Amino acid sequence: MADDYPKVDRVMGGAAGWISIAFPSILFLYFLGLLPQIALGPQVHGIDWVPSLGINLSVLLDGLSMTFVLLITGIGAAVTLYSARYLGQHPDYPRFVSYLLMFMVGMLGLVLADNLIMLFVFWEITTIASYLLIGFNADSAKSRRSALQALLVTGTGGLILLGGMIVLGNVAGTFQLSEILTQGDMLRAHPWYLAILLLFLAGTFTKSAQVPFHFWLPNAMAAPTPVSAYLHSATMVKAGIFLMARMNPALGGTDAWFWILTLFGGVTAVFASVMAMRQTDIKQVLAYTTLMALGTLTMFLGAGTHYAIMAAMLFLVVHSLYKAALFLMIGIVDHATGTREAGVLGGLSKAMPLTGLAAALAAISMAGIPPMVGFIGKEFMYKAGLGLEGFGAFWVTIMAFAASVMMFAVGGIVALKPFRGDLRPTPTEPHEGPWPMLAGPLVLGALSLIFGLVPGVLGYYLVGPATHAVFGEVREVHLYLWGGVNMALILSLLTFLAGWLVYRRHEAIRTRLAAFEARNPVDFDAGWDRLLEGFKAFAAWQTRLIQNGSLQRYMAVTFGTFVVLVGGTYLIKGAFRSGLSLTTEGIHPVQWAVLGLIAAGAMLTVWTHSRMTAVAAMGVTGIGVALIFIMFSAPDVAITQLLVEVLVVVLVSVVMLRLPYLPRRSKATFRAGHAMIAGGMGLVTTFLMISVLATDFDRRLTTFFEAASYPEAYGRNIVNVILVDFRALDTFGEVTVVAIAAIAAFALLRGMSTRRKPEEES
Amino acid sequence: MELLLAITIGVLVSTSVYLMLDRNVLRFLFGLVLLSNAVNLLIFTGGRLTAGAPPLIDAGEYAPTGVVANALPQALVLTAIVIGFGLLAFTLALVYRTYMTLGTVNSDEMRVAEPADESKLDTGRLGMGKANPAKPATGQEAGI
Repeated sequence: MADDYPKVDRVMGGAAGWISIAFPSILFLYFLGLLPQIALGPQVHGIDWVPSLGINLSVLLDGLSMTFVLLITGIGAAVTLYSARYLGQHPDYPRFVSYLLMFMVGMLGLVLADNLIMLFVFWEITTIASYLLIGFNADSAKSRRSALQALLVTGTGGLILLGGMIVLGNVAGTFQLSEILTQGDMLRAHPWYLAILLLFLAGTFTKSAQVPFHFWLPNAMAAPTPVSAYLHSATMVKAGIFLMARMNPALGGTDAWFWILTLFGGVTAVFASVMAMRQTDIKQVLAYTTLMALGTLTMFLGAGTHYAIMAAMLFLVVHSLYKAALFLMIGIVDHATGTREAGVLGGLSKAMPLTGLAAALAAISMAGIPPMVGFIGKEFMYKAGLGLEGFGAFWVTIMAFAASVMMFAVGGIVALKPFRGDLRPTPTEPHEGPWPMLAGPLVLGALSLIFGLVPGVLGYYLVGPATHAVFGEVREVHLYLWGGVNMALILSLLTFLAGWLVYRRHEAIRTRLAAFEARNPVDFDAGWDRLLEGFKAFAAWQTRLIQNGSLQRYMAVTFGTFVVLVGGTYLIKGAFRSGLSLTTEGIHPVQWAVLGLIAAGAMLTVWTHSRMTAVAAMGVTGIGVALIFIMFSAPDVAITQLLVEVLVVVLVSVVMLRLPYLPRRSKATFRAGHAMIAGGMGLVTTFLMISVLATDFDRRLTTFFEAASYPEAYGRNIVNVILVDFRALDTFGEVTVVAIAAIAAFALLRGMSTRRKPEEES
Repeated sequence: MELLLAITIGVLVSTSVYLMLDRNVLRFLFGLVLLSNAVNLLIFTGGRLTAGAPPLIDAGEYAPTGVVANALPQALVLTAIVIGFGLLAFTLALVYRTYMTLGTVNSDEMRVAEPADESKLDTGRLGMGKANPAKPATGQEAGI
């Protein structure tokens, strides 16, 4: 797997490796130092970024963001250390590291943001980094497809989320999270509450891979193992969980919140645990158990009681610790044996004792066996579930129970089975992993044990402050390993029993599930492909329809749209106004004659099918327009018009000597549809003109030019002064346009004589 | 008079649009000429009509005495006439060149760049050289 590339000689990844390890390590230590302060209360720091839009670069550091920051930097340090050995000799390792650091910055920004827009920007940075990392093995079509799928699913969700943020920001009057979170009562009663909630959940459910948007996450396992451990288990996929937790004081606590989150979360958890049993590749098993954890977290955030949120925050930490360790462990096994198939691996404990120890620590925590912290997590989940009311209590407890049973069984599959029994033959000779790869899983596994033995520390510094931040009010959080004999403990014992039975029979269950899957017509992954194919077919269809390459069609669409939009707006708004007198008195016969000339010339141009008649008729119209200019005091314009009109007639006539005749008129040449569009354009223009003439005229600019023309520019012809003085740059632009037109025309005509020859010869 | 001019402009626009919807590019060109006349008249009329008083300042005065015609639309129309002429001259050259190269003035037959059947795209004729005939890869093609 990791060995089939030309190796580059680097010690621990070279400079890139050291930087990548130092960055999260230093940040981890820095934030660890802030921990005692944050345990006492949240802090907000900020600077203005785009003040006119209410966007600030401000940081909200409370228990929730602190928990995430420590997970991101702490697991980040373990993962970068691991990667330096795992991929350090890969030719593209520096590229890999830069993506990883980009992700780290994005994720830290996401959890620290106190501004919704800033949060969104970092949210998208993590999406892009995830895309680049999943597609790191760009030679593989599978990697590329998985990367694109993850990008499109989470990116679409992100855009919907942005919509929700904008609505929320407008309703709350601010984009600052610390201010929004205090307006929960107003927001929950607002008529747009449901819209905001659904838009937000579209973003968080896609990011945190809830059913039915889950399918991208197992595919994302195409990424190198450290990436799976880091992004697609410990941190990025929890961004959705983070945002739901963050918004809980503002949006949580309603019936809609409760039922949507518990139902989707519960279904995701159980669906994923069944799917985990189906897999044979241990990395895929872990991917589905990650889905299960995300569903469980969503469910408990939805439940919303103090206990439920505490359980969620605790499980968040617990899961990140054991799941990152397990992913890193399977990477070592893969590296050492060349396979990740559950059915092939066995008896590795002698060859890889330290890997086996790390796997055991993590898996025992995952299975929820005391004295690991996983046991405490499970106990609190049961207590939280039992503490709910009505159907909610039943649903949450049953779903949590089912998920826990499966986690117990999966713990056995991934950590017990590969290491015990007789050594089985594997593609390469198994050997113990090097220390940089072992350090992470061992430390994480050890933490699972330490936090289980001294849960008070975890409760005081992380879970307590995080619960306060999410729940919105301060209540005491007390974590303990032994809570006496109670309902939760009985459920735990039942979990172990059921889990053991499932583990014993897991191969039979897998066979059954595989058989069921073969008959099951519902396939989300294939459905996604059909959706994309549908989009492409739709895009091709509408492109063929609108842009079919016919100039006639383009013109008809353009003019038709103008008629419908402008004319329609006119009708709907009743915008027509007329202050014009309808009498024709006082109009000089000459004026009648000129207007008649213009109209007649235009109509003759349409009617005639003789080229020369058309050119002459056009000329008549142009000269009619020049006469109008003369009548209404525009001598300069009239002169220009006359000159240009003569030039046009001459030019068109000359060119037409080389062009074919117009087609002869026949019945088929009248186009009724086009006549309607043309008539509509004329009508709309006429009504528009009448309405414009009926409004009061604003002469301010003209008055300025009249007053300033002589004193400032020393010219007595105001039109000339405007052209060469006040609007001289416009005139310069005009000259440039004409010059460019001339050059382009020259180029068109000149190249012709040389290009034409070879075709004539051939 | 304004009303009559508005109607005249409407007639000009109708005729020019009808001509521009023709598949014969020569008739399209006629439409273009008429349309620039229509638009110029529209701008001019929109600035209101004043008969017999050009926007000039008498000798010895610093500003026009009495009401004179609106100078601003006149300046705009002057610019527009010249630009319109530039556009026409270029279009004319284009039509001429197109006819010489393709042998048609029917816009429906000018389909070198966008053939009705896309598989017959002749890139050589567009001066693009021999393009890679392979279709762009899709996710579907990539397998899985």
